[in-house]
Amino acid sequence: MLSVLTDNWELFRDGFWTTIKLFVVAGLLSLVLGTVLAGFRVSPVPVLRAIGTGYVNILRNTPLTLVFAFLVFGAPKMGIELPSYFWSAIVALTVYTSAFVCEVVRSGINTVSPGQSEAARAVGMSFLQVLGIVVLPQAFRAIQPPLMSVMIALLKNTTIAAGFSVLEAGAIPAAIAERGENQMLTLVWITIGFLILIIPLVFLQRWAERRTAVSA
Amino acid sequence: MRMRNVVATLGVAALALSVGACGKDDTAAGGGGSAAASCGEPHKFTVAPAADVAGSPTYAKIKTRGHAVVGVKADQPNLGYKDASGKRCGFDIEIAQMVSAQLGFDPAQIEYKEIPSANRETAIAGGEIDYYVGTYSITDKRKKLVGFAGPYFIAGQDLLVRKSDTSMDGGKDSIKGKKVCSVTGSTPIQKVKDENLTEASNISEFKTYSECVSQLLDKKVDAVTTDDAILKGYAANAPDELRVVGKPFSQEKYGIGVPLADKALRDKINAGLETAGTDGTWKSIYDETLGKSGSAGTQPPVEKY
Repeated sequence: MLSVLTDNWELFRDGFWTTIKLFVVAGLLSLVLGTVLAGFRVSPVPVLRAIGTGYVNILRNTPLTLVFAFLVFGAPKMGIELPSYFWSAIVALTVYTSAFVCEVVRSGINTVSPGQSEAARAVGMSFLQVLGIVVLPQAFRAIQPPLMSVMIALLKNTTIAAGFSVLEAGAIPAAIAERGENQMLTLVWITIGFLILIIPLVFLQRWAERRTAVSA
Repeated sequence: MRMRNVVATLGVAALALSVGACGKDDTAAGGGGSAAASCGEPHKFTVAPAADVAGSPTYAKIKTRGHAVVGVKADQPNLGYKDASGKRCGFDIEIAQMVSAQLGFDPAQIEYKEIPSANRETAIAGGEIDYYVGTYSITDKRKKLVGFAGPYFIAGQDLLVRKSDTSMDGGKDSIKGKKVCSVTGSTPIQKVKDENLTEASNISEFKTYSECVSQLLDKKVDAVTTDDAILKGYAANAPDELRVVGKPFSQEKYGIGVPLADKALRDKINAGLETAGTDGTWKSIYDETLGKSGSAGTQPPVEKY
């Protein structure tokens, strides 16, 4: 059982390292883009609201594999160049995940009582100040559990990149099959690898929840 | 709100259609999209008079059934391919039909079974198929599990490049600094990595060869590498855009897999392959399939054992 892992250690190491890079970069970018989009969706400007709504409806309803296929097979035909397959994967994962992040953040914004933003407006704050200083910090408390679910989904979604020339953990089974190793054990080890990656996220969520908790 | 959703949905549909149509136009114009190819008329074989192959349990089985059951591949254009309408064609398919005709059974009656590479030995040993024709390399390890008639073709790892690109005509030592594509984890790409033929950052791996070929046509990669037989099949679909370099750097002997103990059937098929060499059948089916790529091919001598 252990020999599958030790004999092919460099495959597992390189694969999971790519998975981590994809997750961290795409995760940070989609948090930023998702929050901006949520700002669009609650902004007083109709055009921005329309852009936010359109974006969420398009990206959230498109299968991730198709987003990848557009970027890797469709974009070159339309003359759009991305520097590498890794960055194509980052873009695909970011535009897809940010639609979900946007909706999570927006649901958090809705939990903040309207009186808060009305009061902030009354003292003369601009829309960005209201959002950044008053609403988002309060919204953050409510969105931690769903946001972490979106992030864990992102971590697992990175495996789709294996089909588009990014050799992350999802590409390990193909390479190992060619070496004639036991497929079942390979899959077991990959599952264990993902569990190990998810544990720190769970602790991060617990820590953040405790930090922002309001004593009753 | 409802109206806005409808508009957004229509937007997605329009986008999907335009991108889809774009790809389709390209393949139609260039003929490079292997998936779009459809099979033409099969080669006409003269069915030999039914003759008994003494001591062959597989032959006896085919005779009671009335037709042969053959294991093939279905995703290799001009080699082992099934088109959108369900018709099969390609060099391996023609070889399978020739063998059936030589055994005295109408090739049109053949029942094909698509057997993935990993299941070939099991399918032959378990009697699920009578024989297997599908880029099946003869190796000593496999000879312990199945019998091999042939070889009927000698393939080697080669490079598929854009027709105008002559920078890799030197073969395997000229791909340094070039972007090379093959199927994820496959032996050919492993060879490129092990022998350090190009930089790791220049290697891309997709699930199928068709995807690599698409990237090649879009100039995202410079070469696709695997057995030349497979590459010639893609080149034959787009002879104006693609070509095979023709400097193989490995040797794979493709054989016809038969049950291990059935020496009588193996000898019969070998004799048939020799006849096909002398009467020109081999050459004519090669020219109708892989030969369309512009690369010449010669039949290897049969190795009897």
